[in-house]
Amino acid sequence: MEPRPRSFYILATFFGLFLLFLYGPTITIAILSFQGPSGGLTFPMNGVSLHWFRDLFEQQAVGDIWGSFGRSFVLGLMVMVTTVVVSVMGGLAFRKRFAGSTILFYLIITSLVIPSILISLGVGLVFSRAGLQVHWSTSGFGSQLTWTLPFGLLIMFAVFNRFDKSYEEAARDLGASSWQTLRHVVLPIIGPSLIGVALFGFTLSYDEFARTLLTSGSYNTLPLEIFGMTTNVTTPVLYALGTLTTVFSFLMIGFFLLLAWSSSRRKAKAGTDAGKGMV
Amino acid sequence: MTQFPKNSSASALFMVSPLLVVLLLFLVLPIAMIVVVSFWQATEFSIIPAFVLENYEFLFGSPVTYKVFINTFKYALITWGFTLVIGFTVAYFLAFHVRSLTWQIALFLMCTIPFWTSNIIRMISWIPFLGRNGIANSALMSWGVIDEPLEWLLFSDFAVILAFVHLYTLFMVVPIFNTMMRIDKSLIEAARDAGANGAQILWNVIIPLTKPGIMIGTIFVVTLVMGDFITVRFMSGSQSANVGRLISNDIALLQYPSAAATAVVLLITVLIMIGVLLRFVDIRKEL
Repeated sequence: MEPRPRSFYILATFFGLFLLFLYGPTITIAILSFQGPSGGLTFPMNGVSLHWFRDLFEQQAVGDIWGSFGRSFVLGLMVMVTTVVVSVMGGLAFRKRFAGSTILFYLIITSLVIPSILISLGVGLVFSRAGLQVHWSTSGFGSQLTWTLPFGLLIMFAVFNRFDKSYEEAARDLGASSWQTLRHVVLPIIGPSLIGVALFGFTLSYDEFARTLLTSGSYNTLPLEIFGMTTNVTTPVLYALGTLTTVFSFLMIGFFLLLAWSSSRRKAKAGTDAGKGMV
Repeated sequence: MTQFPKNSSASALFMVSPLLVVLLLFLVLPIAMIVVVSFWQATEFSIIPAFVLENYEFLFGSPVTYKVFINTFKYALITWGFTLVIGFTVAYFLAFHVRSLTWQIALFLMCTIPFWTSNIIRMISWIPFLGRNGIANSALMSWGVIDEPLEWLLFSDFAVILAFVHLYTLFMVVPIFNTMMRIDKSLIEAARDAGANGAQILWNVIIPLTKPGIMIGTIFVVTLVMGDFITVRFMSGSQSANVGRLISNDIALLQYPSAAATAVVLLITVLIMIGVLLRFVDIRKEL
C-alpha cells in the first residue's frame, strides 16, 4: 500500500476532534452524575457516589419519571411497528408510478421538513375542535409518525432503488404467486434494512420532543418530563437521568445494530450454496 | 402472466392507504386547521371563528416580527456554514482517506449514533462546559487567557449556534458521505493522471460531484434550524428569539390565532426555501 499522505494525518486529527465534540459533553455529564451528595452541576467532583441515581427512585425528588419512561417505551414500540409496516407497504407501492404518486412523494418530504411546532399546534387544534382529548397514544402517536415515516420511507426507497428485480422475475417464472414472491423472496432480501427502519422508528419516537409537546395530553413522555425538570431541578439528578436514558438508547442502538449484523451474516452464509447442489 | 394496469394501480393505492391516512389526518388536516385558525379572532378568554386579517396585520405591522425573522435567518445561515465545512471535511476523510470498508462503516456509525439519542440531554450536557464556573472558563483562566469568567458562553447566541452545530452536523455528514461513496474512483485517478493536484481534484472533481449530497444536507439543516424553538429557548436562557419561539410563546398565552398566523408565514418561508433547493437536486435519484 502506498504511504499515507500528510493530509491523512491532518484530517484524522480533525475527525478525532469532531468525535470528541460529539461525545465529550455526554461523557462529561456521565462522569458528573456520580457526584457526591454535596456536589454541584460542574467540576470539581465532590466525592464519588451513587446518590443521584438513588434519587431517581424517589418520587418526591424527580416526579413521575418511571411512569413517563414506561409511556415513552410503549409509544416507541407502537411507532416502531407502525413505521416498519407502513414504510414497507409504501416502499413496495412506490416501485411503480401510480396516480398521485408525485404529490404523495412531496407530501412525505413536507412531513419531514415542516417545522415540528406546526404539527404540535395543528394536531392540538384539530383535536380540541373535534372535542377529543389529546393523549400520547392517539394524537401523540400520530404526530410522531409524521416524523418517523419519512425516514422509514426514504430508507425503503433507497433499498428498492438497489433491489435486483430479476429475483422476483425468477420466482414468478417458477410459478410463485405474487404473495409467495413477496413472502419468500422480497421480504427476506430486504429484511436487514427493515431492522434499520425499526431502529429509526423506535429511537426517533423515544426521543421526540417538539411534535409531542402539545399532543401528549396530561401524561408526559420522558423527553417532556426531562425538559420540565430543566426549569426546576438544579442538582446532578438531571445528569443521572440523562446518563441513564442515554445508556438505554445506546443499548437499544447496540441491540438493533447487532441484529442487523447477525442477520446479514446469516444471509451471507446461507446464500453461498449457489452451484453446489444439483451437480 | 400480465397484470392489468388498472389492477396494479388499485393495489398501489391499497398499499399506500395507511400512509395516506396518517398524512391526511396528522399533516394535511392540521395544516389546513392552522390556516383556518390564522383568520380567527382572539379575545382574552377564547378564540372565535371569523374571517379577519388582524392577525396578519398585527404580524406584519410589528417591528419585532422582522427582527425575529432576521435572527432566525442568521441562525440558519451561520449554522449552515459551520455544519457544511465540518460535515464535508468529516465525510471527505471517511470516504477518501479511510481505506477499509469495515473501518468506514464503523467510523460512520460513530458519527450517526448521537442522532438516535435525546437532543434535550445533548443540550443539557453543555451546561458543565459553558457555565460560569464551567470547564471552558476554568481552563481558560488557568491558562491565563482570561482573568474573569466569560459571561457569554452559556445563555447566548454563541451557545445557541454551538448547540445547533453539535446537534445537526451529522445531517450534513450522512448525505455527503453517501454521495461521495458513489463517486467513481477512476475519475479521480483520471484527474491525477491528467496532472491535477490534490486541491484541483477536490475543487474541480469531488465538490461538483458531491453537490446533491450537500443540497440534501442543506435542506435538513436549514429546515431544522428554521423550525426550532427549543434549542434557542434553552441555550439562550430565553434571551434570544426566533420564529419558533414566537409561535410557542403565543401558544403558551393561548393566543392560537396569532400563533397560527406566524406559523403560516414560517411554513411558507420554509417551503419556498426548500422549493428553491429542490431545483438543484432530485432526491429520489440520490437515495
